Amino acid sequence: MDLSIGLILIQDGVTNAAIYALLALALVLVFTVTRVIFVPVGEFVSFGALTLAAFEAGKVPGTVSLLLVLGIAGALGRLWTERQSLSGRMLATIAVETIVVPALIAALVTWLAPHKPPQIVQVLLALLVVAPMGVYVYESVFRPIAEASVLVLLIVSVALHIALVGLALVFFGAEGSRTTALSDASFTLGSLFITGQSLAVLGLTLVLILALYVFFDRTLIGKALRATAVNRVGARLVGISPAFSGRIAFALAGIIGALGGILVSPLTTIYYDTGFIIGLKGFVAAIIGGLVSYPLAAGAAILVGVIESFASFWASELKEVIVFMIIVPILLVRSYGTQVLEDEE
Amino acid sequence: MSSPSRLAGIAILALAVALPFVPGVPAYWITVASYIAMAAIVALGIAVLTGVAGVVSFGQAMFVGFGAYTTAILTTRYGWSPAATLPVAMLIAGALAWGIGAITLRLKGHYLPVATIAWNISFFYLAGSLDFFRRFDGISGIPPISLLGFSVSDGVRFYFLALGLLVLAYVLTRNLLDSRVGRAMRSLRGGALAAESFGIDTGRARILAFVYAGVLAAVSGWLYAHFQRAINPTPFGITVSIDYLLMAVAGGVGHLGGAILGAGLVTVVRDKLQDLLPALLGTQGNFETIVFGIVLILILQFAPEGLWPHLRRRFASKPRRAPPGADDAPASRRRTLPGPGETVLAVSGLRKTFGGLVAVNDVSFTVQAGEIVGLIGPNGAGKSTSFNLITGVLPASGGEIALGLQPISGWPARRIARLGVARTFQHVKLVHGMSVIDNVALGRHLLGHASAVRGALRLDRAEEAAIFAEAHRQLARVGLADHADAVASELALGQQRLVEIARALCLDPVLLLLDEPAAGLRHSEKVALADLLRKVRDSGVSILLVEHDMDFVMGLTDRLVVMNFGAQLAQGRPAEIQQNPAVLEAYLGSAA
Repeated sequence: MDLSIGLILIQDGVTNAAIYALLALALVLVFTVTRVIFVPVGEFVSFGALTLAAFEAGKVPGTVSLLLVLGIAGALGRLWTERQSLSGRMLATIAVETIVVPALIAALVTWLAPHKPPQIVQVLLALLVVAPMGVYVYESVFRPIAEASVLVLLIVSVALHIALVGLALVFFGAEGSRTTALSDASFTLGSLFITGQSLAVLGLTLVLILALYVFFDRTLIGKALRATAVNRVGARLVGISPAFSGRIAFALAGIIGALGGILVSPLTTIYYDTGFIIGLKGFVAAIIGGLVSYPLAAGAAILVGVIESFASFWASELKEVIVFMIIVPILLVRSYGTQVLEDEE
Repeated sequence: MSSPSRLAGIAILALAVALPFVPGVPAYWITVASYIAMAAIVALGIAVLTGVAGVVSFGQAMFVGFGAYTTAILTTRYGWSPAATLPVAMLIAGALAWGIGAITLRLKGHYLPVATIAWNISFFYLAGSLDFFRRFDGISGIPPISLLGFSVSDGVRFYFLALGLLVLAYVLTRNLLDSRVGRAMRSLRGGALAAESFGIDTGRARILAFVYAGVLAAVSGWLYAHFQRAINPTPFGITVSIDYLLMAVAGGVGHLGGAILGAGLVTVVRDKLQDLLPALLGTQGNFETIVFGIVLILILQFAPEGLWPHLRRRFASKPRRAPPGADDAPASRRRTLPGPGETVLAVSGLRKTFGGLVAVNDVSFTVQAGEIVGLIGPNGAGKSTSFNLITGVLPASGGEIALGLQPISGWPARRIARLGVARTFQHVKLVHGMSVIDNVALGRHLLGHASAVRGALRLDRAEEAAIFAEAHRQLARVGLADHADAVASELALGQQRLVEIARALCLDPVLLLLDEPAAGLRHSEKVALADLLRKVRDSGVSILLVEHDMDFVMGLTDRLVVMNFGAQLAQGRPAEIQQNPAVLEAYLGSAA
């Protein structure tokens, strides 16, 4: 291996790492606000990618039907959790948020899709279809058991993952798709061939991280989410509704997941179940950051991406094994670092 | 086990045995029943691991894979006989479970299941990409099992073998849970803190549960390999691990019967759905995962305890254990207690800081043999923290603690418990869902020796009888003899505190630390408690107690140590303390 190959590997690694970093951020966000380890974030990656691919082919994506189904599930979830305080007004709100909105999105998409709108419109439409699913998933699956232990929430999360993978197979079929690059520009820098796609991925990731930073640091809603992350009960006492924070967190996770899928789909073929493995790599990064630290998780994502890239060069068949086993020494350090006897909830 | 449910169990077993002999039963049913038996063996392991020890694993299919690959490789490549590979498969899976557990199980809460996901995925790709495992093509040509020259090649014979192993696994597991080691595992759900305070090595108990579940999974894998005669990585992937977890949770995690019920339900439902859903949807695929995922979510939302408890309620259960006579068991051995006037506990310059907060600041006092010392002070004075420092639950930031002449600073809680230090907790820490008497028997953990194997094989009965005789004796001492078989968490709070005291007395303590023992008791109960504590003291046991009820403290204690804002304010006899101006100011505010 010479330097130029090394540089190519690093470029590849960092590009993938950017996507893992996004997913890691989504996982940390959802975990700190709701204590849910959001394993299905990977499915949102698949949904985002496959939805965009359908638009490119001029077809109405399967996610539109899925959105309607999840909307109904969300409605049922809300009816159940708010059954004590249902009023006519509340029913109307629920109907609008979970039935009317998805129906409008579905109508818009069905009308626009055959016209093959410009790429940027396709990307926005894909986000529009996939992002609300995060909210409906929260309403139907997690909110009714918001007070359960982290372990129960994790089992539910894994159960949701296998259900969504099955649904993805129903709605998208077994074929994979690859979308066109967001930018087909390219140039060489010394011996390094840099693609516009890599730059687009890195650029968008940085913009998103910056936007999240501003959101959490400068906006009232962002601060409310941070307050919920620090102390749920305290946040509730000062009037921040946990349900509200949960909805925002899952909506953001939905957007970030879908965006990750849109960014990764020109780089690799995405199948209905590819997102899980991509999500798990973001997950390894989030775990390294202890599921609470954004900067550590982002840094760890770069480590995961670069190690993966070199592993696929040296031992391509074992690259998944190597990536997932990074977690072991990290966890070892964590477990030997802390020795205080502490009761879990 | 109560007699109605025992009868039900025997009836179900009889049906299972009779199944192949019923005329007209299709051979396919026998195949499905064999799959149920194999899955149930794995699910039993999960019942112990997740339901009892509280460890969630998304990696049990990997252990099934360890068993299957071990026998596949040994029989096809080295010509071993299948019967000889079973112990090897169990050994390898057990050793790997121990290794993985040693790395993984020290992790708190959610890291552990997450790590099992990583292990399982890594194993899947490892088996799929190494020639040693024949990659994704897998290993074929695995011979059928032959035992003692008797070939288990047809479906019915295999079914009986699988059923036999399932019954064996069930009986051993039930015995194990009803033993000293099993109680230690069950205590994990009450929190590591309480368990460690009674000398239970919680890390070891978790690893043991993990190894046990791994070995059971390997047995199932061994069966599977010889049933299928060919294996590849797919049935040992993460999705299948989730199926096993679903079985245990659907049936009722923590109930052995629930594990078998869940295995049966999930296997049959999957079998039906695999025919139904592709026809319904018009394409091929593993669509049953959609239904399984949604069902698992609904179970956890609406009936997290699973189906088994609902079913069992129909066969009204009676108390599980007839209380053995307290007197016919051999008298338990007693620790030699220090003589009057000897120092039992010496604390000097004790200090604890949490970041910038000084919780305990330079506290020094002693407890003499046969003395009741009260540790009092306003809320937040550092009393409970001092307790945690003395019992080794928290490491001290500075100062010395000695038991008799033995310095114990820096010792872990379970080592200190070994010296005869027993405690109760300000917030009661009993194991929920476990009976009162089993909770009390936990206090006796250190004085027993029976291993997991002895427990599983029922070779521990004499020791168990002695443990329970002592537990009943101590329970009677605190006046709760009638509640031995009640579920601990269903007692009133004051009674739960008394159960904690009985548990502490079971340790045969030299020093008893009681954190607010009288809170939640009625007046008459407080009087009885004070009488009991005096008797305990008169038998030579020293007592250190934290309490807010001043009448109780003043009437009972020999000496008082007063703390305020982490620091020591005063020491002396109760009468002196009542006159101490500094103490009055701390409690009542400045008189000026």
